[in-house]
Amino acid sequence: MRYDLLIERWPLFAEGVWTTVQLTALSVAIGFCIALPFAILRSRRTPVASPLIAGYVYAIRGTPLLVQLYVFYYGLSQFDVIRDSFAWSYLREPWWCALIAFSLNSGAYATEIIRGAIERTPKGQIEAAKALGLRTWQVYALIVVPSALRRAIPQYGNEVVFMMHGSAIVSVITITDILGAAREFNGRYYVSDEGFLTAAVLYGLLTLLIVLIFRALEGKFLKHLRMR
Amino acid sequence: MDQLVAYLPLLLRGFGITVSMALLAFVLACVMGSLGAWGQLSKWRAVRWLVMAYTTVVRGVPDLVMILIFYFKMQALMNLVTNAAGWERVDVSPFVSGTVTIGLLYGAYLTETFRGAALAVDVGQGEAATALGLKPMQRLRLVTLPQIVRQALPGTMNVWMVLTKSTAVVSIIGLSDLVGVAVDAGRSTREFFWFLMAAFLGYLLITWVSQLIFNRMEQRFDRGFTATL
Repeated sequence: MRYDLLIERWPLFAEGVWTTVQLTALSVAIGFCIALPFAILRSRRTPVASPLIAGYVYAIRGTPLLVQLYVFYYGLSQFDVIRDSFAWSYLREPWWCALIAFSLNSGAYATEIIRGAIERTPKGQIEAAKALGLRTWQVYALIVVPSALRRAIPQYGNEVVFMMHGSAIVSVITITDILGAAREFNGRYYVSDEGFLTAAVLYGLLTLLIVLIFRALEGKFLKHLRMR
Repeated sequence: MDQLVAYLPLLLRGFGITVSMALLAFVLACVMGSLGAWGQLSKWRAVRWLVMAYTTVVRGVPDLVMILIFYFKMQALMNLVTNAAGWERVDVSPFVSGTVTIGLLYGAYLTETFRGAALAVDVGQGEAATALGLKPMQRLRLVTLPQIVRQALPGTMNVWMVLTKSTAVVSIIGLSDLVGVAVDAGRSTREFFWFLMAAFLGYLLITWVSQLIFNRMEQRFDRGFTATL
């Protein structure tokens, strides 16, 4: 094992960790912005929007993230309309393709998580809000959404870990994330263990970090639900 | 789009590889999950620790990283064996190493599912079976196992779906599964989009059929728990 090389080449892995963290955080954040309105529309069973959102969620959750990434990275470049449009300056960049695909993916899973939490809102909370004379949008903004988001925290933690692990496929489209750094390292020094095992450890540590962050969030926001 | 028709046999072959890999890996995962659950409920601390190490390590690392590590490790191990025995070099196929890796990976997730299911079955059920004079194997087969399966079905369905999608990643080490074929065909025909859409629909088909099957199974195992008029 050549761990001296690893220490020498640490900036490569630091870059990889930064890319993975950035890509995961942005995708989850954009995914959340997609998911919240979608989840509300779904839970209200709005006529046209609800079935459309259901279709989006089903299609994303029923197919591999790798295929979704390829559709944006390889698939769209087939059409001249897209190659000639302003969007091409983004869509030809692997980084943007990954961000779009991952955000849409995270958005679909998060829609299901938040919708579930909204639908499990205790009836009493809504009745109390109505009894206080709140309007429908006020019931959502002040009661249902804050309450549902708190209860969605544990599952959301799983989704973030899932996204972070899923993001390892971007090394295939030439992005230097953690696994990308490992592959570059292995290729340069003709080794296989050192790079991959380092990547595995780094992913493990990031997983632990996410779990700890979400445990802290649960401690803060779900305090009232804990058994005394 | 007429290129799709020309490539249909290849795509179907890829689809077959995806499905058979998912099924084989799922069987392995169920075996590992049962062993793991049994180990976690064991009275020996060392066994419990071993299972905990297995589930924690596996669930902290992305599937692709595991697949790459196993692919190279299994080849190195195979080289050692063939060299020692003086045989010719044997190549480890992406199919075999991918199936083994995914099976071991999702075995860790099923360990949690099966353990939860086993704990959810009332202890009294097993005790009653013993009181009726059933032998340990009969007790498992006739009384506790059917109830464990019932409890485990929703979670197992989830793992099966994630596992199936996970097999797509094995195309990265060169497997000609549904995604692998779609990418190859897309590259040579310059019609990436349509081939990727074909793969997309292939996975949706698997999802849809799996849901039908699992729903039927859930209904079957729920007999005796739901009142029928």
